[in-house]
Amino acid sequence: MGQVIVITSGKGGVGKTTTSANIGTGLAAIGNKVVLVDTDIGLRNLDVVLGLENRIVYDLVDVTHGNCRLKQALIKDKRFENLCLLPAAQTKDKSAVEPEQMKELCGKLKEEFDYVIIDCPAGIEMGFKNAIAGADKAVVVTTPEISAVRDADRIIGLLEAAELRNPTLIVNRIRPRMVKNGDMMDINDMIDILAIELLGVVPEDEKIVISTNRGEPAVLDMNSWAGQAYRNIAKRITGENVPLVSLEVEDGLLGKLKRILGFNN
Amino acid sequence: MDLFSKVMGRQTSSSKSIAKERLRLVLVHDRSSISPQLLNDLKEDMLKVISSYMEIDMAGTEVTLSQDEKSVALVANIPVIKLNRVQCGR
Repeated sequence: MGQVIVITSGKGGVGKTTTSANIGTGLAAIGNKVVLVDTDIGLRNLDVVLGLENRIVYDLVDVTHGNCRLKQALIKDKRFENLCLLPAAQTKDKSAVEPEQMKELCGKLKEEFDYVIIDCPAGIEMGFKNAIAGADKAVVVTTPEISAVRDADRIIGLLEAAELRNPTLIVNRIRPRMVKNGDMMDINDMIDILAIELLGVVPEDEKIVISTNRGEPAVLDMNSWAGQAYRNIAKRITGENVPLVSLEVEDGLLGKLKRILGFNN
Repeated sequence: MDLFSKVMGRQTSSSKSIAKERLRLVLVHDRSSISPQLLNDLKEDMLKVISSYMEIDMAGTEVTLSQDEKSVALVANIPVIKLNRVQCGR
């Protein structure tokens, strides 16, 4: 029996879809059977991030409404045959699916797959309720900005109210240089304030833009910092003990940055 | 590099600490989810207890949440009309 993990954030634009695509691909790359489910009905994007947009025939709403069999709607990834995408519908809205239907769907998927990764839409309304309905675990994504952390706090409250206890946190798009200069909240600040366990830290990385342009998740790019961070996160999800990015490792990253910029200490 | 960072940054108080402080305050409010109804219930309960010890001006009483730069406080302004002699010695 697999595990259903919802990737959520409250605020839009913090990197839920990128995170979902990279975690899913990262888990598949180390040999797990993975399905990615896009629940952002009406604003689907996981398909383009994965480069699978031209293969969609059926979608999530078709499955829950019985227009097709579940197997027919699952799109096989180009790179890994143990990775599938269940895309969201683009022409319907969030009320086209009910939480009960999502629960049933997640139940079926986790019989087949080791990991069911659910990409949650922004907001706290119907789409959020659908996305978390069948989840066993939740991962909250935030960026080091007041607005994103505030919304993350609200989401943590709502997850707990829905009995999804002990969500873990991914801090996305951190800029070590701004942290060093005291112009960006650091990891400890955010953990302190949100009081949840850290799953990973992903540095700001231009390679994410390039990889999204190409439809190839950065987790497969061995030269991408963000990709390395996602590879670590995927391993941690499988229970492997990969050291968290602590302040010393941040110094390491910073050192790397300094070297790149030509400031040798 | 250290000299460089000293020259370039940290001249004023860091924007990170401003963000942290603002975030802490806004979360106190978000998390407490104190509705006007709840505050009113609290006020009535408090008045009930206090009025058995002293005579107070119910209409002139105010109970509000107030915040300054560092903290959030529950502020009750309760005008006392007369101390009740029989009970105030308890």
